[in-house]
This record gives sequence, C-alpha cells and structure tokens, in this order.
Amino acid sequence: MAKRFMQSQPIAELREVTKRYGLVTATSGLNLAIQPGEFLSFLGPSGCGKTTALRMLAGFEQATEGAVLIDGQNVNGVPPYLRPVNMVFQQYALFPHLDVARNVAYGLNQRRPKPAKAEVAAAVDRALEMVRLSGFGPRRIWEMSGGQQQRVALARAIINRPKILLLDEPMAALDKKLRHDMQIELKSLQRELGITFVLVTHDQEEALSMSDRICIMGQGRIVQTGTPEDLYDRPQSRYVADFVGRSNFIKAEVAGREGDLLAAKAGGSVIKARGGEGLAQGSAVTLSLRPEEIRLAPAGEGLPVTVTHRIFLGEHTEYHLQSKALGTLVAVVPRGSEAAGALAPGAEVVAQWRDGAALALQAE
Amino acid sequence: MRPSLRTSLFLAPATAWLLCMLVLPLVVVLVFSFGTRGAAGGYVPALSLENYANLGARWAAFQNTLVLAPLGTLTCLIIAWPLAYFLAIKADPRWRTLLLILVIVPFWTSILIRSYAWIQILGGNGLPSLIAELGMGKPRLINTPFAVMVGIVYGYLPLMVFPIYVALEKLDKKLLEASSDLGSPPFRTFLQVSLPLSLSGVATGSMLVFILLMGEFLIPQILGGGKVFFVGNALVDLFLQSRNWPFGAAVAATLVLVMLVTVTLYLRAMKRLSGGRDDVALM
Repeated sequence: MAKRFMQSQPIAELREVTKRYGLVTATSGLNLAIQPGEFLSFLGPSGCGKTTALRMLAGFEQATEGAVLIDGQNVNGVPPYLRPVNMVFQQYALFPHLDVARNVAYGLNQRRPKPAKAEVAAAVDRALEMVRLSGFGPRRIWEMSGGQQQRVALARAIINRPKILLLDEPMAALDKKLRHDMQIELKSLQRELGITFVLVTHDQEEALSMSDRICIMGQGRIVQTGTPEDLYDRPQSRYVADFVGRSNFIKAEVAGREGDLLAAKAGGSVIKARGGEGLAQGSAVTLSLRPEEIRLAPAGEGLPVTVTHRIFLGEHTEYHLQSKALGTLVAVVPRGSEAAGALAPGAEVVAQWRDGAALALQAE
Repeated sequence: MRPSLRTSLFLAPATAWLLCMLVLPLVVVLVFSFGTRGAAGGYVPALSLENYANLGARWAAFQNTLVLAPLGTLTCLIIAWPLAYFLAIKADPRWRTLLLILVIVPFWTSILIRSYAWIQILGGNGLPSLIAELGMGKPRLINTPFAVMVGIVYGYLPLMVFPIYVALEKLDKKLLEASSDLGSPPFRTFLQVSLPLSLSGVATGSMLVFILLMGEFLIPQILGGGKVFFVGNALVDLFLQSRNWPFGAAVAATLVLVMLVTVTLYLRAMKRLSGGRDDVALM
C-alpha cells in the first residue's frame, strides 16, 4: 500500500535529526521521508521521542543537529506561525474565551490581508459540517463534550488546509467506544481532504487501524518503519514484535535450514520458523510466535501443555499455558472453535502450530 | 439543629462585625454630614445641606484624587503586566518562588519609612543633583505630582502584580502554542490570547489598587509636601485639625459615592470585555 506514495517528492523529511535538552537526548539520528497524502503514525512508549519528533515538525522545538524539511524547504529555525502545518493538541487547547465558531475561524483570521468576514463564516460552516458539528458555532467551549471538543480542535486545525496535519495523541482523553468511532471518522476525513496526517500515539490499535505506515520508535530512535501488515508479520526485532500485537518469545538454537525455513531447537523439540537467513548453525535465536497461531487439541502431535488461566474476552478466549519444555505461552482462541469454552485451568492439552508460523529474530 | 439555623450561627460573627464596623459608622457619617459645626468644633445636630453646598472648597483634593488614583492604577497596570507575565511564563521555575518573594519584600518595611527614603532620592541632593551633574539642569522632583506618582506606583505595584500573576499562571501554555501554530506571531498572540485571558486578574488588581488609592493620604502627605493633596488629606485636616466634623463627613460621604459609581462602571466594562461574550479578542 505504501508503494503508491514512493514516486513523488516527500512532503516532509527528517534528515539525521537529533534533539538534545542539555545532556538528555530526546531523539537521535532520525531519518524519515513522509509522502504526500499518507497517514503516518509515530508509535512508541512514553519517552521514546515521538512527541519531540512531532513538535519539531510543528516548529515548537528546533533540531539540535540535522535538518527538518517541509515540502522540500529546510525549515530549521522557522517559527510555528510561518509553517504550513497545523496541529490537533492532546488536550485540544481550545481558546476558552472564544466560542466554537471563533475558535475554528482563528487560523483564517491570522492571515494577512485578513479575509472577508463572509468568506471566513462560510469556511467555518464548511469545516464544522465536515466534523459533523453544524450549528454549534455560537456554543461556548465548556458547553461541549470531550468528543465534541475534539471535533472543534480538528475543524480549527484543518481550516487553513495545512500541508500536514499533526495529531498529538488526539484520542487519549476519549473513552474506548468514542475512540473507535473517531478513528474511523478521522481516516475518512483524511481521505476526503487528501491532507497528509502525522499521528503520535502509544496505542498500537490506534496506529494499526488508521495508518498507511507506522514508524516505531524506541529510546529516541526509529526502530522500524513499515505498513501495519509489514510490522505485524515481519517485525525485525523483539521490540517491534512485542509492541505491535503480542507475541510468545521462545529462546532457541539454530539447527540448520529446511528449504525456506529455519529449523531451531528449543526445549528438546524442533520448531520450523520463517526468516533467520544468514544465521550460523549453533547460534542463538529468538522465535516469535503470535498467540493466534496456536491451536489447542485434546491430544495428538504437538507440545504438551497445562492450562493455567482461562480469560474470556468475548469474541475470543485467552489461554495461559505452562509447558515443561518452553515455559509459559499465551494462546488466543476465537469463539466458536471447538476447544473454546471447554478447557478449565488444570486441563492437559496439546498446543499445535503450522510450520513457518514462528518468526526468527535476532537473539538479544 | 436545622441547617438554616446553623448557617445563621456561622454567619453571625461576620454579620455583627460588618454591622458595627461598616454599616453603623457609615450611618453616623451620613447623619453628621447634615449637621453643623459647633463653636469649638465637633458636631451639632441639624438638618442642613450647607456642607454639601460647600464641597467646592475642597475641589482641588477631589481633582487630585480623581486624576492621580486612576492614573496611578493605570501606571501600575502597565508596569505590573509584563512583570507578572515574566514571572508566570518566562521565568525559570526554579527561580520563580525567589522572584515572587522579591516582589513582596518591600512590604516588610513600613510604607512610612519607604516613603521617607523616596524623599532622599527625589530631594535636592538626590536624583536632581545627579541630573544636574549630567548637565541637564536641576529639575524639582520632590513635592510634585510626579513624586506622588512615583510613591504610589512603588507602594502599590505588588498588589497589581499578584492577581495578574495568578491569572497568567493558570493560563494553559498550550494555548499560546496553539495560537502560534494557527499562524499568529507573538505580539498578536499576546493581544488575542494572553491579554483577554488575564482580564480577571487585571480587574482584581485594578480594583485593589484603585480603591486603596482613593483613600490614600500618607504618600501625598510625605512626597507631595502639602502641595499635592488627596481627599484623604482633606479628611485628616477636617477631622483632626480644623475639627469641622460635619463638613468632613460630607466630603467622606461624597468620596464613597464617587467610588461606588466608578467601581460599578469599571466592573461593568470589564464584564463586557471578558464575561462570556464573544467580542473579547481585542483584534
């Protein structure tokens, strides 16, 4: 999916961008090209530098080293009010002394020469309509619910048609149901406007559901960038496999290759895994096995395990398994599959997975 | 005990205090203001408007008060706002407490002593001789309206700084970023965001300073040298020196009336600017 963006000139670029606060390094050596029209997310735990990266695009922070480019122009040292980007703030940062319409109009009213009143009013109506808040113009900010305030913040940020819309954890303050609805709406708004969206989040589900590409960050660095499917199916490190989705990690030793697959010895059995090209026989390897790849059977071939916990989660059930050979494993079984609901803690079953379900990662 | 009874009990001390210390004295002042002066001074009961007809005799005091009190308030505001902004937003949080203490340190010394210090600074051997050294003539500073203004601003500045500081301290810094992000350069952000959102502090500070200035008598006495006198000085004179209590009461009653009118007008104007109306941004 990302490939369709690759031909054009990037709308924004980070080149070897490092940001230091005194002795603390917030980001180091960031390299990233953001393509026009894409929805890109910075994903990572708090303190990983994702917000700093966003704030350097907005102009609130200046890079200590390296260059930030917007639309081919080096914008190092250019203040926020001269940059063609707008931001949706985490707590929305709506002006409490202005009503909804004046909040939305704020960006347009900063243009010089000032646009005509009728023109501004029409643009405000259009923007409010886009976020489904028609008729809310005269309301005060404090009369709006959290979800509505977020829409106002969105309308305020898109009214100037920025080249890039920056979103700083925009849904952190919303409840789960509202967040889900808003994710869908945000995605369709992005398609409608054709504006590049750059989102910062620590919520992997949010990043996975909306992004064309995700940039995983850790300790101030970009760890891996790719489409959601890419990152989920082909994580290059344990960090990414752990952050995008969940996984069982199995320590193993390379036994050799069998066709496309890597044979790895773990706890007395051999697991056939994807990846791991170039690993020498006998070297250590970490295998990542997604919980949904594991099937549970009453008997037969496979890994003998004991159920320790059963957690019912509605559409699927999570089993915590204890194996003599491999330690603790987690399996997720969809509702309606034969094993679900039947297994109580203490049950002895067999865990199975197909060859190539596991992925070989560099041992850490 | 019924809740209403309990509430009344809790409010009783405050009510008694207000009644004895505010309402009764005000009634006494009003009653006195219609009386006449006795032969040896003091008060003789009467019902005459003579004292009010005579107010013109003290017109200069009213004029000075009504010019210098608002002007002093405005000067305090102009100096205090940037200072409060610096303290609340720009200053390093590690130094903030120390800087705030520095603002109130002058209060540790009596205003009387501090005003005497200004006599030395503004008197012939102080600033004027320094200016003379620079070859720009020797201006007279002490005992002028300027000296009184200096004393007023010096004495009342902290009362203006703190309410504005509190208002600006509450101001979400993200709002300034949002304004900048939406294309507003710093000065316009000041006019459109910081200033309107600090108006509650501005209103409180101005009220505090203005009301106290209307009753001021010490600073004009010391730095005005009897040439620049306020209504407060007239009252001291009428009650303590010439012992014309009825006339003093009329002057005091008029001052209260003037204050009520100006404060009401001012508060109404501030409410129009900040209170829930849309036309707040001073664009």
